[in-house]
Amino acid sequence: MTKKFLYLLSFFLLINCASKEEEIYTPIPYNLEIPALFANKLIAPVIPSNNPLTQEGVALGKKLFFDKILSGDETQSCASCHNPKKSFTDNQQLSDGINGLLGTRNSMPLFNLAWNFDERFAWDGKEFGLEKQALEPVSNPIEMHANWKNIAQKLQEHPEYPTLFLQAFGNLNIDSVAVTKAIAQFERTLISGNSKFDNYLKGEAILTSEEQNGFAIFMDEAKGDCFHCHGSDNNPLWTDNKFHNNGLDATFTDLGFGNITGDPADNGKFRSPSIRNLVFTAPYMHDGRFTTLEEVINHYSEGLQRSSTLDPLMKKVNQGGVNLTTKEKADLKAFLVSLSDFDFVNNPDFQE
Amino acid sequence: MKKIILFFLTLIFFSSCGDQVECCVYPEPVNVTLKFTQNWDGVPVTSSDFNDFKFTNLHGETISISDLRYLLSTITVGSKIKNYQLINIGENTGLQLNFEQIEQGTSILKFRFGFADADNKDGEYQDLNSVSFNVPGMLGGGYHYMQFDGKYKDTNNQDANFNYHTLRAVNRADPSKLIFQDTSFEVDLGTVEITNNATIEIKMNIAEWFKNPNTWNLNQLNTVLMPNFEAQKLMSANGKSVFSLGAITQ
Ligand code: HEC
Ligand code: HEC
Repeated sequence: MTKKFLYLLSFFLLINCASKEEEIYTPIPYNLEIPALFANKLIAPVIPSNNPLTQEGVALGKKLFFDKILSGDETQSCASCHNPKKSFTDNQQLSDGINGLLGTRNSMPLFNLAWNFDERFAWDGKEFGLEKQALEPVSNPIEMHANWKNIAQKLQEHPEYPTLFLQAFGNLNIDSVAVTKAIAQFERTLISGNSKFDNYLKGEAILTSEEQNGFAIFMDEAKGDCFHCHGSDNNPLWTDNKFHNNGLDATFTDLGFGNITGDPADNGKFRSPSIRNLVFTAPYMHDGRFTTLEEVINHYSEGLQRSSTLDPLMKKVNQGGVNLTTKEKADLKAFLVSLSDFDFVNNPDFQE
Repeated sequence: MKKIILFFLTLIFFSSCGDQVECCVYPEPVNVTLKFTQNWDGVPVTSSDFNDFKFTNLHGETISISDLRYLLSTITVGSKIKNYQLINIGENTGLQLNFEQIEQGTSILKFRFGFADADNKDGEYQDLNSVSFNVPGMLGGGYHYMQFDGKYKDTNNQDANFNYHTLRAVNRADPSKLIFQDTSFEVDLGTVEITNNATIEIKMNIAEWFKNPNTWNLNQLNTVLMPNFEAQKLMSANGKSVFSLGAITQ
């Protein structure tokens, strides 16, 4: 009898404890402001049910994103290579890590990541999901080169972080799982949908005749034919987030998607980047080989290289590409530039 | 307490009533799954056959397929209709479509290849926008019916690209006055006898796109077919013999 009583007592005690903890803090749901154009045209963004956005989670993720504590010698944060002023990339051809070691890829801009419906991240799709992706740069020896155990310990002993983690995630351990959850929450709030072209689609801006003509070239199968891979007025992501070989090389030093799938038919394929915010994100392509948009356009116009995995949408390979005139190139560039979102790079919510 | 008893009584009453109707008057409704398969003149084609010059069309060009996705609409089994289905062979998505609550007995089976004009509304379908299946506004907007991309060996035996994209045909002779022709078409597969939960195979013979009635010469018609009014009409004509009824298991 006393035993039973004891059980009962401890049971109530436990319940009491639990409810007390809930009393301590319940994170407030974060209201993701989805641009009307996205809401109208696209399916819902990907938000995993085990990591809903909360105000505390997003704030914690932001702090971590900008904090050098995540690197081995505390000299580098995520923002070192993903600078908000540059649409969350850097202007280097290849990113260098804490030891000055150069990677082999150009850093990627970060926006509209929750609309990458297949959740394949990085140029070659090697990372599945944002939470998993955030694990990688921290321990990568040519990026932040840290040890997750040490980081967890540093965060646990930090004067501010334990409270912030408690508020965001309750009693969840402060470890790589909690850190990457918070960072992923912050990353999902990075939405860019307020360029001149967006405003034009909303009827709030007027395009110049050059921009208008450039858009027509982009959409014309007989001219640029860019829309099959890079979105359109009906797909405001301005990417298909799929893997293609757009004719950069005849032979590959970086197999890209082929490395991940193991299928030689995928060699030389990389994920189509969004063409939003290009004025901030130079240089271009997975290896940052082009420093200007002129070079990019020249590539599609007359620089295509043949290879067995070249995408069939790359036309007129024998003539090197779609052969745009000087005027058409300039107009196409004017259109591309009209997709620059200055509000995004200046948004105070996204600055350190 | 009285209320609760009353509630249970009504519950029992209603559920038993439902039972009676089901058991004695009509046979149970069943589930029907449409399974979309592809073949090249009878040889099965799946995504694992892509990116390989293993097919030869009637005109004699050797072909490798890179992407193949197509849209069916107003898919009808008996009295049930589904609005549309995007079938993507390369990514193995949309290959099955389930219908629930199909009455047993004789069911009609038909669908439309692509969208009829009335349903071909620009930007209307979020799932299709999200996978970039749209047709540019300058061609009248709406959606592709099919996006079939690949390579063929040209007359110099060199790789050349083809983009066999079908959509509502548009005549752009006068860009300010586009003339449209609805080139989507109905495929009527007749009736099937449904006696149980069933899986019905719907076959696409890809080779037919190059065959009948128009022998397709890829050296002449390969890319930039979207704005090509005549090519769209030829493709539509060839499409009519592409689909057929396959195996029915139940
Ligand atoms: C040393 C520079 C560097 C640092 C530091 C860095 N990144 Fe990156 N990031 C890159 C590069 C380079 C890529 C492309 C990787 C590839 O394709 O192999 C990338 C890709 C990404 C992507 C994929 C974006 C997409 O659209 O697929 C995300 C998300 C990302 N980084 C987040 C982070 C986070 C979070 C951190 C901090 C924990 C971080 N990065 C730290 C250089 C860096
Ligand atoms: C077959 C799909 C496809 C088509 C069509 C296509 N692109 Fe691309 N685009 C890609 C891929 C894939 C990449 C990345 C390639 C890489 O880095 O290896 C890319 C990269 C780019 C970049 C660099 C962006 C960055 O952040 O580095 C720009 C700009 C661009 N494309 C513009 C265009 C324009 C303009 C057209 C039309 C003339 C076009 N693309 C047609 C697939 C395509």
